Amino acid sequence: MCSSSLRTLVLIGALLAAGAAGARELRVCADPNNLPFSNEAGEGFENQISELLAEELGARLRYTWWAQRRGFLRNTLKVGTCDLVPGLPANAEGVLTTAPYYRSSYVFVTRADGPEIASYNDPVLREARIGVHLIGDDGSNTPPAHALARRGVVDNVRGFMIYGDYGEPNPPARMLVALAQGEIDVAVVWGPLGGYFSTQQTVPLKVVPVRPAFDGPKLPMVFDISMAVRREDEALRREVDAALARRRADVDRILTQYRVPRLDHPSHHADVVR
Amino acid sequence: MGRLRSACSLALCLTLAALFPVSAQTPPQPPPFVSRDEDGQWTIPQKNYANTRYSGLAEINTENVKSLQVAFTFSTGVNRGQESAPLVVGSTMYVLSPYPNILYALDLSKEGAPMKWQYNPQPAAAAQGVACCDVVNRGPTYSNGRVFYTTLDAQVVAVDAETGKEAWRTKLGDINRGETMTMAPLVAKGKVFVGISGGEYGVRGWIHALNEADGKSVWKAYNTGPDQDVKIGPNFKPFYESDKGKDLGVTTWPADAWKTGGGTVWGWLSFDPELNLLYHGTGNPGPWNANQRPGDNKWTAGIFARDPDTGDARWFYQTAPHDIHDWDTVNEMILLDMEWEGRPRKVLVHPGRTGFVYVIDRTTGEVLSAKPFHAYTAVTGFDMKTARMLINPEKEPVNNRVIRDICPTAPGAKDWNPSAFSPKTGLLYIPHMNMCMDWQSSEANYIAGTPYVGAEVRMFPGPGGHMGEFSAWDIREGKELWTIKERFPIWSGAVATAGDVVFYGNMEGWFKAVHARTGEVLWQFKTSSGIIGQPTTYRGPDGKQYVAILSGVGGWAGAIVSGDLDPRDATAALGFVNAMRELKNVTTKGGTLYVFKLP
Repeated sequence: MCSSSLRTLVLIGALLAAGAAGARELRVCADPNNLPFSNEAGEGFENQISELLAEELGARLRYTWWAQRRGFLRNTLKVGTCDLVPGLPANAEGVLTTAPYYRSSYVFVTRADGPEIASYNDPVLREARIGVHLIGDDGSNTPPAHALARRGVVDNVRGFMIYGDYGEPNPPARMLVALAQGEIDVAVVWGPLGGYFSTQQTVPLKVVPVRPAFDGPKLPMVFDISMAVRREDEALRREVDAALARRRADVDRILTQYRVPRLDHPSHHADVVR
Repeated sequence: MGRLRSACSLALCLTLAALFPVSAQTPPQPPPFVSRDEDGQWTIPQKNYANTRYSGLAEINTENVKSLQVAFTFSTGVNRGQESAPLVVGSTMYVLSPYPNILYALDLSKEGAPMKWQYNPQPAAAAQGVACCDVVNRGPTYSNGRVFYTTLDAQVVAVDAETGKEAWRTKLGDINRGETMTMAPLVAKGKVFVGISGGEYGVRGWIHALNEADGKSVWKAYNTGPDQDVKIGPNFKPFYESDKGKDLGVTTWPADAWKTGGGTVWGWLSFDPELNLLYHGTGNPGPWNANQRPGDNKWTAGIFARDPDTGDARWFYQTAPHDIHDWDTVNEMILLDMEWEGRPRKVLVHPGRTGFVYVIDRTTGEVLSAKPFHAYTAVTGFDMKTARMLINPEKEPVNNRVIRDICPTAPGAKDWNPSAFSPKTGLLYIPHMNMCMDWQSSEANYIAGTPYVGAEVRMFPGPGGHMGEFSAWDIREGKELWTIKERFPIWSGAVATAGDVVFYGNMEGWFKAVHARTGEVLWQFKTSSGIIGQPTTYRGPDGKQYVAILSGVGGWAGAIVSGDLDPRDATAALGFVNAMRELKNVTTKGGTLYVFKLP
């Protein structure tokens, strides 16, 4: 923790840098309705980490809320209504990304009494009712949807739109509810979604990373996640990188608290949660 | 290579056109229900139920068109893609803006056409984030003293044409579920017919009939799912075997996939009052990739003929069974009567996204001919027996593969922007594209917190190096008579006139008058922004002929300008930006009505 005098110094520095009256602002663009990542009430792990960052930069945190759909970056970061997006793949195009702050994987989520799934090649997947998320852009879908289709697993696969019904809370969570309610037997979802929502259901669910981690060279199941700034904001990127490094332990604590399955973190193991 | 289009040079084509302006037989004609008496108005975007977009006005002709000059202009106040058609009813012009969908009434009886009123339905702002390809609207329509149109947030409004007061509004979709509306309604037999957009959000497509008087629902038919929902019953008599069977809207899909299967309705509607049939297309299947939805995926990417009173399906023809290229069937369907192999036939002519001009018997759904109007590699031909395209498997987009030179591209040989038909020349004037694309799996994308691997599409000019063509088409022979090459894709509609002048606009902003028989550009005017609208023509209260067009670039093709997309991002706007980089150097955003007349 920094002393109050140091914090004052940081603040003065920020003021000088901004060249304007008032405290420095850390302007973050985030989805107002998408736990475990973020929501308007500040309950997501990206909210928590953004708060850490603001503290570390001596800035006041201000959000621009925008559903993270097609056009999200174009309508937010790119037009300058914010300066930082707290979660994007490390190799995202068109932006400048920080060093990754977590690596996660797509996961198989099943009911605790459900099948064990070794990999996409597991014969169980030919019988079980499987849920995957759909993206909807031409030729685009989540890697599990592609991996199953490649193996001819089609008829027993049910698609859930990643957008869902935005009038409901956290639309992508709908698939985990369907799993808990027995509408499907396996949910193949992005790790943070699976880890967090598996704890929110009425029955115990188990979460294991999918195998293989790379289903051929063009179909990764594992992604490094970074924060992103505009391409020209090298200075801010360096600041955020440094702040994330300084608060590494706190970031890890938050990710663990939200049960984000980590592939870059030895302490995490697949577990059964209530 | 599968580029089957006739390889005649432009010069040779023009020579042939001059020698044989039209085939020897009587040219196709609009059906008798299209009035031969020109009243000088333009009351619906299609001009008439047959969708000819032809005006009998002839004051402006091939001789004097070179003197056209601006009569007045008007700003829509919205600098986004202007796809709408200016309507004229009596002495009032109606102009509709893109989102927020403001309707303006202009008084043509006064100098400078001052505004009579404006009506703002105040659609939900969140709808902008949902619309797939710019926040466009394809036009209002007029009937019995009211103007009807759809709003981006999926409402239908009826506005008193005299006063601008709202008569009713009906909400038909929920933007939270990705449902939007962009199409122009069609009003017939006391009903307002509208459909839903949003196939990329997993919307299950439908068409809805509302009571013209009060906006209450009369019937609603889905385009996927059980026969009952699709309104398929004993009177459904499709021409082809592959459309016969029980609940094909379920059985031609993997389990449950039809529930989010697309088949939306956002294109043009036609209506034949004599056969009492309403014609509408259906959008592409979604949101699964093609290999995740084996089967024909009924009833997507095809044409329905329905009973307008009940919604009951009468026939269906699928232009793209098991669509793999995003080839929605949304384009205009022009209703004509013509002699075909010695027999009089009532036909429907449809220049498809697939790159074929279809001539279909509109009573039965039988395909009489399907002839290519675009260079193609994605298809190798057409089997007249089954009426199916022969798909080239080597050009099928497959994950983990790079596929080059796919023609036509995802927006197809031609998108929504409508053709015009002249009964004087017997020719169809088709504004279209000349584009190909490369396809490969992309780096990581991210949506709603979830990383995924997308398709990286890069579009580029087709053979010849240009991206747009404006072509005169002989329907009977199934061939192009002449074509005008354009640097950019043509995203504007066309209008044909009895003065043998045809009008269209290009994305650089030129509004052009073309000789209907030779393709010679007789006059052009540079408007303030690229043109993607629908020209109309009318007789003003002063008895003179006017031509109107909205200027304001945008839409899918023009989103690089209207949406401020980054030209370095080649795959933005689903790959269109690669081809359209230069557009930012030749035009800027706009939203202006231009009206022209002779001095």
